[in-house]
Amino acid sequence: MGFFSRKRSATSAKERLQLVLVHDRTDLTPGQLESLKDDLIKAISKYIEIDPEAVRIDLEKEGREQRLVADIPLKSSSRHRAG
Amino acid sequence: MTAQVITVTSGKGGVGKTTAVANLATALAMDGKRVVCIDGDIGLRNLDVVMGLENRIVYDIVDVIEGRCKLKQAMIRDKHYPEMYLIPAAQTRDKNAVSPSDMVRICNDLRPDSDFIVIDSPAGIERGFRNAIAAADHVLVVTNPEVSAVRDADRVVGILEAEEKGNPSLIINRLNPTLVKNNDMLSAEDVLDLLGIRLIGIVPEDENVIIGSNRGTPIVTDGKSRAGQAFRNIAKRLQGVDVPFMDLTPQSGLWNAIQKLAGRK
Repeated sequence: MGFFSRKRSATSAKERLQLVLVHDRTDLTPGQLESLKDDLIKAISKYIEIDPEAVRIDLEKEGREQRLVADIPLKSSSRHRAG
Repeated sequence: MTAQVITVTSGKGGVGKTTAVANLATALAMDGKRVVCIDGDIGLRNLDVVMGLENRIVYDIVDVIEGRCKLKQAMIRDKHYPEMYLIPAAQTRDKNAVSPSDMVRICNDLRPDSDFIVIDSPAGIERGFRNAIAAADHVLVVTNPEVSAVRDADRVVGILEAEEKGNPSLIINRLNPTLVKNNDMLSAEDVLDLLGIRLIGIVPEDENVIIGSNRGTPIVTDGKSRAGQAFRNIAKRLQGVDVPFMDLTPQSGLWNAIQKLAGRK
């Protein structure tokens, strides 16, 4: 094992724990989060054109508060009205 | 005056709950407080050996609950601190022999004549844990800077939140400053950031803790031990005294030598 990969073990522990704790606390598996994302994309697509590939849905934590953060960029064609 | 009930728990086993209870109780007794320790681990009693009182047990907590003895009779007086007592766990009986309401009742009976009641919770989140937190005024969650211990501590904190047991405080036990410095152990800041609860103490890894357990003499009685100092500081904080956190940068070793050579120390 090299010096640099050894050095990072605490960083890797923290990153892994951050993910695990978020899922433990919400009782939501990564798989369930994926289906939530798919359902959300379907629902939004009924009203407005979005790029499903660009949608990001993440669980974030702030202290002991959890929040679901969605970043949903609109397709450029949606801007046609303005142009 | 009525006693403060403090429960020490962790989720994961083997992180140092019993050691923390024995040391905090002894440190409180050294400060002249009247302390009663309760071993909440029915079937796996251990606080008695760590405190060096295993030969004095006649009755246990289940004997009290089932009416075979009076509460006073199950209270074992400490060898060195006459104002400190232990109520041992039952060793052979069914762990369902104790209920949360039994614990509340026993603590209420003890409150008028004590300053602190310190309860050692079993590992896990089952009945014994529920019993241990039932009467708590203040819960201390013990963890180690290690992935499985931190994950289990987070589960316990979540349950305490759901049960509205007030804000728990965190003890980070067995921190190895050299490993932290080398980024091979989660730092206290990392653990605090992950768990998001208030910190009450950081206990450095210290081989004297095992020596203390071997002798049945908690390490807080050793004035030179760093872990003992950390536990004495936590005991002060439990009494409402504002004690600064210890400097846990490595005391010796190669890294220190390099820093000295480089003129950084």
